[in-house]
Amino acid sequence: MNELNKDAIRDLLYRMADDQLILGHRNSEWTGLGPILEEDIAFSSMAQDKLGQSLALYTLLHDLGDKDPDTLAFNREEKDFKCCHLVEYPIGGYEFSLMRHFLFDSSEALRFGMLAGSSFSPLAKIARKFRGELRYHTMHADTWIRQLGGANEESRAKIQSSLEFCFPLALGIFEPSDYEKTLAEQGVFPGESELQKEWLAHIEPLLAGSGLSMPDVSSCKPSYGGRKGRHTEHLKPLLDEMTEVYKIDPSAEW
Amino acid sequence: MYGGGYIFEDSRNGSDSAEDPRKLEDFEARIQAGEKIEPMDWMPAEYRKQLIRMIEQHAHSEIIGALPEGTWITRAPGFRRKLALMAKVQDEVGHAQLLYSAAETLGKPRETMINDLISGKSKYSNVFNYPAVTWADTAIIAWLIDAGAIINQVANSKGSYGPYCRALERICMEESFHLKYGHDNVVFLATGTPKQREMVQDALNRWWKPIMHFFGPSDKISVHTETLMRWKVKMASNDDMRQKFLDMYVPKIWELGLTIPDPKLKKNEDTGHWDYTEPDWEEFKRVINGDGPCNKERLAVRRRAEEKGEWVRRALMRNAEEYSVPLS
Ligand SMILES: [Fe+2]
Ligand SMILES: [Fe+2]
Ligand SMILES: [Fe+2]
Repeated sequence: MNELNKDAIRDLLYRMADDQLILGHRNSEWTGLGPILEEDIAFSSMAQDKLGQSLALYTLLHDLGDKDPDTLAFNREEKDFKCCHLVEYPIGGYEFSLMRHFLFDSSEALRFGMLAGSSFSPLAKIARKFRGELRYHTMHADTWIRQLGGANEESRAKIQSSLEFCFPLALGIFEPSDYEKTLAEQGVFPGESELQKEWLAHIEPLLAGSGLSMPDVSSCKPSYGGRKGRHTEHLKPLLDEMTEVYKIDPSAEW
Repeated sequence: MYGGGYIFEDSRNGSDSAEDPRKLEDFEARIQAGEKIEPMDWMPAEYRKQLIRMIEQHAHSEIIGALPEGTWITRAPGFRRKLALMAKVQDEVGHAQLLYSAAETLGKPRETMINDLISGKSKYSNVFNYPAVTWADTAIIAWLIDAGAIINQVANSKGSYGPYCRALERICMEESFHLKYGHDNVVFLATGTPKQREMVQDALNRWWKPIMHFFGPSDKISVHTETLMRWKVKMASNDDMRQKFLDMYVPKIWELGLTIPDPKLKKNEDTGHWDYTEPDWEEFKRVINGDGPCNKERLAVRRRAEEKGEWVRRALMRNAEEYSVPLS
């Protein structure tokens, strides 16, 4: 078998790890503030899973020769982050966080499903594990979207408008990388456009079944740039906050 | 987490005289025999009232207690601490959920309890009206406040009301992990860089007063609780719990080379008890009645969360399903 392209793999791993880290961080901000206690607890569980997943992905990067996971997460510059814009936004109202969770986690579940068969076997191995964890997250999201989409006019309207707000951001998940061809040819990952196609086919019936109407993809401008290190104004303050204690003394053991 | 700082209502003129004496006698005999009282059993109105009050205050303490530590989740240094703190604070919210359910078995709905919290009608543990100023404060809270909570909660888990006892058994198991996490955290700071040592000493200095307040006013000035003790609602005296805490933790604090900001603190070899500067109980009262450094902020945050989430709760309501099945 040909040598796999390390740079292509590293790029893919950073995109995923940074998404998980930043969204995990955001979801944890619901702790103590949820609309009901059960949702505080659920968002915290999902945040812990996402943090755990990002740690595993940074560990793979470390195994490929990059710095240790704490340094990668807590001591990298904003421009070196490859997360998509969707995960960067503050938690907002519950309707926003729920919709983000629905759109993002459904794409993650499909992504990890694809990666379970990756030719890069360390990634295939953790993808199979994450796919199991994601099943609970998507079940949670689907249930809540259906409940709030169908409960009353007030909740339906809130969910619909947050869908419209989130949709261009969610398309940014699938911003193509410079390595699409290589990754596909080498059997590492079938590619972002492939994933986007599957994702659209997956969410459409779920949204329709929840009384929501799917925005028109062709007239929607995807929020690209995150994968290339160009971020929204929300990422920098998040990183400053996240690293506030760590940076008191990065060489100290905390 | 919760201490002994309950504000029981003075029950000296309690209404138990109005209860059926035969039923009351049976009830007290069951408690004497170590039996648990269950939700459908007969109980004096005063017992129900005081239990609701206590369990509710405990539940409120768990969710309000999630706030000072919760604000540090986003700043925790490194994966290990971030993951552990997330899990810890999540547990505290889970404790609130269990405790509200236990209190609901006595007839007060969760929504009403939370409304009483927000309106200031019902109280929560005094310690959470103090700020967590630095990362080291969260370490001290997780170690010593959780340690204090365990002392109180282990005692209460031997009480007479079944659902509360069962909730507490599970809660205590989780609290013991919190204490381990907190201790580990303090050890790293206390044996770390000079800056880290300074942070943790400052935090201990700040938290010593709230910690001494944690178990509630001295027995000398507390409201009479004989009936509550006979009914196994209150299980240990405030001073006894404070002594137990000092016995267990002062040596551990000193072992780490930290100092405690009370020049009078020492074990009295004659009495076998700790001598200490009497905490300022006027301040305790002032703070519990709303005038602490963070009371307003804590309740405002809670109120905003409730208001922000109101539409969600409305969207969950189905008239036929208002009664929630107790978890404990
Ligand atoms: Fe707790
Ligand atoms: Fe947990
Ligand atoms: Fe705790």
